[in-house]
Amino acid sequence: MKMSGEKAVRFGLMLLAFSSLASLLLIAVFILKEGVPFIIHYGVREFLLGLNWQPHKQEYGIYPMIISSLWVTIGAMLIGAPLGIAGAIFLNEFVPRTVMRIIKPTIELLAGIPSVVYGFIGVMVLAPFIRAYMGGPGLSVLAASVILGIMILPTIISISTDAIGAVPNTYREAALSLGATRWQSVYMVTIKAARSGIVASIILAMGRALGETMAVIMVAGNAVRVPHTPLDSVRTLTANIAMEMGQASGMHRQALFATGVILLCVIMLLNGIAISVVRGGVRRK
Amino acid sequence: MRIPPRYSQILAVGLMGAATLLTLLVLVFVVVFVLGKGLPAVNLQFLFGMPRDMGRAGGILPAIVGTVLLPLVAIAIAMPLGVGTAVYLAEYTRETRLTKVLRFGTDCLAGIPSIIFGLFGFIFFVVMLKMGWCLLSGGLTLAIMILPTIIRTSEEAIRAVPNAYREVSFSLGATRWETVLKVVLPNALPGIVTGVMLGVGRSVGETAAVIFTAGSALRLPATMFDSVRTMAVHFYILAREGISAENAYGTAAVLIISILLINLATYGMMHRMLAARTK
Amino acid sequence: MSGDTNSKLVLRDFSVFHGKDHSLRRVSMDVKTNRILGVIGPAGSGKTTFLRALNRLNDLTPEIRTEGTALLDGDDIYGGSYDVVRLRKRVGMLFALPVALPMSIYDNVLYGPRLSGVRDRRRLSEVVERSLTAAFLWDEVKDRLQMSGLRLSGGQQQRLCLARVLAMEELEVILLDEPCSGLDPISTAKIEDALTILKDRYTIILVTNNTKQAARVADETAFFLMGEMVEMGPTGTVFTVPADPRTGEYITGKFG
Repeated sequence: MKMSGEKAVRFGLMLLAFSSLASLLLIAVFILKEGVPFIIHYGVREFLLGLNWQPHKQEYGIYPMIISSLWVTIGAMLIGAPLGIAGAIFLNEFVPRTVMRIIKPTIELLAGIPSVVYGFIGVMVLAPFIRAYMGGPGLSVLAASVILGIMILPTIISISTDAIGAVPNTYREAALSLGATRWQSVYMVTIKAARSGIVASIILAMGRALGETMAVIMVAGNAVRVPHTPLDSVRTLTANIAMEMGQASGMHRQALFATGVILLCVIMLLNGIAISVVRGGVRRK
Repeated sequence: MRIPPRYSQILAVGLMGAATLLTLLVLVFVVVFVLGKGLPAVNLQFLFGMPRDMGRAGGILPAIVGTVLLPLVAIAIAMPLGVGTAVYLAEYTRETRLTKVLRFGTDCLAGIPSIIFGLFGFIFFVVMLKMGWCLLSGGLTLAIMILPTIIRTSEEAIRAVPNAYREVSFSLGATRWETVLKVVLPNALPGIVTGVMLGVGRSVGETAAVIFTAGSALRLPATMFDSVRTMAVHFYILAREGISAENAYGTAAVLIISILLINLATYGMMHRMLAARTK
Repeated sequence: MSGDTNSKLVLRDFSVFHGKDHSLRRVSMDVKTNRILGVIGPAGSGKTTFLRALNRLNDLTPEIRTEGTALLDGDDIYGGSYDVVRLRKRVGMLFALPVALPMSIYDNVLYGPRLSGVRDRRRLSEVVERSLTAAFLWDEVKDRLQMSGLRLSGGQQQRLCLARVLAMEELEVILLDEPCSGLDPISTAKIEDALTILKDRYTIILVTNNTKQAARVADETAFFLMGEMVEMGPTGTVFTVPADPRTGEYITGKFG
């Protein structure tokens, strides 16, 4: 009697365990179903490399958006990655445990601040600053990069800190006992040992920056064009979807889903790389 | 030229310290700036009043109600799924090809950007299932979004329960399910609650996935099939459409305070439960 | 095939495999009702494997499998239709390290009875008092039953664990896996005293790395070595005139 109840429980739990995989498949199927036929119908080349996005003229080229997303993401990484990794190393190696126990949760709080709030601060503080001191419209690649760079800091710090914290103390002691200074032991031993975790944090942060929508809409300016300088106003893939989804229908809506397909593919690729980097790192140890 | 090790150490530590300080200053600046600009607008009428003129005047009560209800719906859906999944992975199966696939699915889901969740929720719940922009559509979408967090934190918490407790429970004639209910889950509770609170925090701050699924009606919802507007969405609309900077700041202040409180409550609860266990 | 009628447990050619390792080799023995069987032997001799096999805790380790027969009151406990949960309620286990569950003393003792569906408050309180008294712990904790079991000392926790086993109403056999290895002499004495009283009601198998303990409390003693049972007999005989020279060498401390 009891054992058959156990079997029912096991079966029920197994069904629940499929929930995340089922959701993932559902999402993939529905985004692809809406987007892929459009890409095929419109032409892969014309869609990816087309320079004009003019839905009222049935022109759906997303090349400017692809380049803009690339610029903004790379810019965010240039700002966020060095700061984040430096912070993670500093917190782990050069700060007393008690201080770290206060600072780390504080930084994780940074992750809880809604993206729209970051975006708004970008609009109210950063964009006027850029406009006044560097020229251009203010709402630009640069503004978006800075805001995104700040937003990905918690991701990088939190994952990198865990990776560095997982390096066995014996490694450090071995380096120090050979006469290395604290810093030498960090960059010759600790960083190498924690490399896979740090790389994974950067790739995951890249996925976040690429996928961020609301903050970017607010600070990037949203002009559809290929940027020439960091002070140009741009529209990213995500911004394109979110801005036009409300009033789109028919072909136009399919084009937006097609944009989502491209975004999803790139992010899945990034995640796949991050996951295999982490797994590879674990296997090596 | 080679810099002597002692100086390179001072230089490196100085730079890294400056980077850490900068990070902290940015956090403090964001919070202080928003609270400084927003708190003057916040009073009881703002919190408990109905909005007038699209939010240009009046209060934000519907947005507060929406911000409370939507995460509740999401948690009510995601928690059984997530904790059940975690129990299955940690207690009922060994590492097999199936669990690897399930884990991979969870990892992938965690990496999907919120705008994609918004697109999916819109086309699936709102359009295809004809549910429209409503509390339930938004709650289901958010539930999928926070599922990976709940699964991971719960599984970690469950695995951290000492194996000796399970052995004792089995040796006293408990079935696996009884062991899970009486020993494993109570001891994993702080970790599970942490995961749930992380999910709540993410839901409260989310905009892109919410705006296309729960809509943005500025009314008090009467049923699960009514559209709601959360504070994050309200703030976005006020700020983006230039309706009222003053009320936008006010909403942002309330939003940030709520999120800080959620985080503090999470820490507090964890500590209290840990303390209660060793009492 | 099976032993005489007053045998509680009968093993015939009973083996346990741990992956490819043959951790317990074709053990045959009769464990008599209401007696204490002491099991001695050096580390790695298969004592714990043997003990855990008797209430099928080894089921939790997937790579473990068994061969041969193990009969409890004549029923094969590894038989296909045998109810493992019921088996564990009849055959209780006390582990080497005391593990109080993170709940009150009261709830710890009642873990088993509540699983069996006992709900009546008065009856539950009686069970708590009876079990804690039998484990020689009642006087020390009777005023603080709602305190967490984790706050007791190691020796008290082990007696709490014993009380928790004794609280099971269907209990017939008690398995003890080096229950005193981490305890002070006074706690050890209390547990030994409890055992000599408890054997009137239960059949007890005591695995111990302390040969003197076996000599003090066991009616019969079995000596295990490298997964084999070397010999088994009345404690006095095994300790004074062992049949196998290895037994004598172990007891006199030449190895192990």
